[in-house]
Amino acid sequence: MYDIPNTNRDAAVESNEVKFKCTDCQVYYGDTHAIKDVSCDLRDRTVTAFIGPSGCGKSTFLRCLNRMNDTIDVARVQGSFLLDGEDIYDKKVDPVQLRAKVGMVFQKPNPFPKSIYDNVAYGPRIHGLAKNKAELDDIVEKALRRGAIWNEVKDRLDAPGTGLSGGQQQRLCIARAVATEPEVLLMDEPCSALDPIATSQVEELIDELRENFSVVIVTHSMQQAARVSQKTAFFHLGNLVEFGDTNQIFTNPQDSRTESYITGRIG
Amino acid sequence: MTDATANTPADPKPKPKTSLLAADARTNARNAAEKRFQYFGLAAIAAGAFFLVVLVFAILSNGLPAFKQAVVKMDFTLTQAQFDEAESATLKTKVYTGYFISALEQKLQAEGVTAQFDAKAIDRILGKVGGQMRGFYRENPDKIGQEISFELPAASRVDRYLKGGFTRADLTSDNRFFHQSDFDLVDALKDAGIVRSAFNWTFITGVDTGVDNAGGAGIGASVLGSFLMMLVVLCLALPIGVAASIYLEEFAPKNRFTDFIEVNISNLAAVPSIVFGILGLAVFIQFMHLPQSAPLVGGLVLTLMTLPTIIISTRASLKSVPPSIRDAALGVGASKMQSVFHHVLPLAAPGILTGTIIGLAQALGETAPLLLIGMVGFIARYPDSFLGGFEGPNSAMPAQIYNWASRSDVVFTEKAWGGIIILLAFLLTMNIIAIILRRRFERRW
Ligand SMILES: Nc1ncnc2c1ncn2[C@@H]1O[C@H](COP(=O)(O)OP(=O)(O)OP(=O)(O)O)[C@@H](O)[C@H]1O
Ligand SMILES: [Mg+2]
Repeated sequence: MYDIPNTNRDAAVESNEVKFKCTDCQVYYGDTHAIKDVSCDLRDRTVTAFIGPSGCGKSTFLRCLNRMNDTIDVARVQGSFLLDGEDIYDKKVDPVQLRAKVGMVFQKPNPFPKSIYDNVAYGPRIHGLAKNKAELDDIVEKALRRGAIWNEVKDRLDAPGTGLSGGQQQRLCIARAVATEPEVLLMDEPCSALDPIATSQVEELIDELRENFSVVIVTHSMQQAARVSQKTAFFHLGNLVEFGDTNQIFTNPQDSRTESYITGRIG
Repeated sequence: MTDATANTPADPKPKPKTSLLAADARTNARNAAEKRFQYFGLAAIAAGAFFLVVLVFAILSNGLPAFKQAVVKMDFTLTQAQFDEAESATLKTKVYTGYFISALEQKLQAEGVTAQFDAKAIDRILGKVGGQMRGFYRENPDKIGQEISFELPAASRVDRYLKGGFTRADLTSDNRFFHQSDFDLVDALKDAGIVRSAFNWTFITGVDTGVDNAGGAGIGASVLGSFLMMLVVLCLALPIGVAASIYLEEFAPKNRFTDFIEVNISNLAAVPSIVFGILGLAVFIQFMHLPQSAPLVGGLVLTLMTLPTIIISTRASLKSVPPSIRDAALGVGASKMQSVFHHVLPLAAPGILTGTIIGLAQALGETAPLLLIGMVGFIARYPDSFLGGFEGPNSAMPAQIYNWASRSDVVFTEKAWGGIIILLAFLLTMNIIAIILRRRFERRW
């Protein structure tokens, strides 16, 4: 549809190294079985898109990858999640350390009620990434540029982050997430509140991040999935129905449910 | 939907066309109900406002006189010779009274006022003038020979006569406190500007007194007692309450045990304060042998009473912080504690502060538990030191008010009303502070 110029995207670095290896994952919310027997390998330096109808468990699975489900009392997670071969649900793993490596952008923009600067600087501060104020300033500026919001906020870094528009807030949250230099970035519908221009900026950012990180993005836009991702996973009612190369999923889906979904018949 | 059904020819009853200009019966009924509800609400507010006005009027009209005190103002010079003479006499104060009377006579003559009086009448009207003067000059010998402007409190009957609470008709026969002729003397002194009404600082700074000096009783010592108790409450209840709420709200697993604790805290908030009083008596005084009547014990008891209030309001304000803020903090790799202390607590602070101040205000006005731990005693002097004030016997504002109200002398009744004004002034100040703090914190974003 809206094809964006600038792409040598498919030619970019792609790795065959597995970053996240998930096997037989189950998630229960109380008695609800939200994720059923999901196994998939997420590669390093690759963008993986999760698509599927609303309520199929995309966010739930995403939240398993940085143990955000730990904060939900009723949620139970089973199965093995290996990040670089290490089980992230191991007793010895501190979820705080994990989340510094696996950053997340949430479905709803959630800036801290602090200044724009402090929003971005918070992560680097608590992880001790900057030695002095000048370094921190650099990190903040770089993160805000990557979040495609620098030009809009550079004159009012002291203004509250909550005073931005919804789309600006979401980009601020993206900047906040990349400021800590995670190895894996989980993005839950990062563009649902953005206009096409900001969307394409964020997509460029995702593409740029791919050079160093592994990115997982949940999206309801087929076009976006097709544009930014190399791998696509289609979820349906808690099952991982199909997982493969994006090209193949969109041109030649193996499962009839995938085909119905991407052609707009279920969802 | 409606379009579709309207166009269906099989529709049995087409919806009749209605005009928007004419209200239908349902709308009328609904509007009438709304009006009725509004009137009801207005009536409720009017009734509330009426009672408030009556209350404030009653308190002010009864209590304000306590802030006024009839005083005798005299410019007076004592020579060294007079001082030596008086100090070598047998009845020293009587000599001083004599000096005062002659000075008074001169002054009255100068003003052109005629009045008949003797030393007894002066004693009845001014109390022990001689004693007060002697005390002053013995303490300030350097003031001898200078003109000093004395302002001495008049006797309580004079005070009440000037305030209108004691009239000629009230005095059926002359007694040792007052004579019919004293009224004329007071009128004459008032005309000469010697007796007049002044602001009663003693009431604010003074200590409790007995019947012989009812007019000199002040609430100062019990204000100090209340203040010390509030310090104890603030230093104990705020940290303990906030820590308990943070643990329960953010860290504790949700299980039967925490549910049980939660129910118990809510119940504690509804326990009558006298129960806390008897608990304090049994635990702090009888078991732990802490001193009786001490602000320390009072503060401990009030801490127990205030804790549930603080915990409940703190938990409510922690709950009202959106969970997405916690997610955001955890998402960038903050620990649970960092997310609470960096993000949740600052957002909950205005609510916590308001809850704390309201809890303190409640504790400030609490009387019943203090009765049980003996903080209603007669406190005739200030504690010697600040720290000693915590364990020395003291009273508290509401207890002092209660004590005054139960005495038979009408002067003390007036003091009780005045004490209520001071108590209310403190409560009002605390509430205003709560409002200001809340505004200040909320306006930041
Ligand atoms: N906190 C929770 N408690 C109980 N059930 C939940 C909770 N969160 C999600 N669920 C359930 O889990 C299922 C999957 O939800 P999830 O949020 O993962 O869907 P989703 O694919 O992200 O949907 P959407 O595209 O609308 O965001 C849903 O049926 C939902 O009702
Ligand atoms: Mg979702």
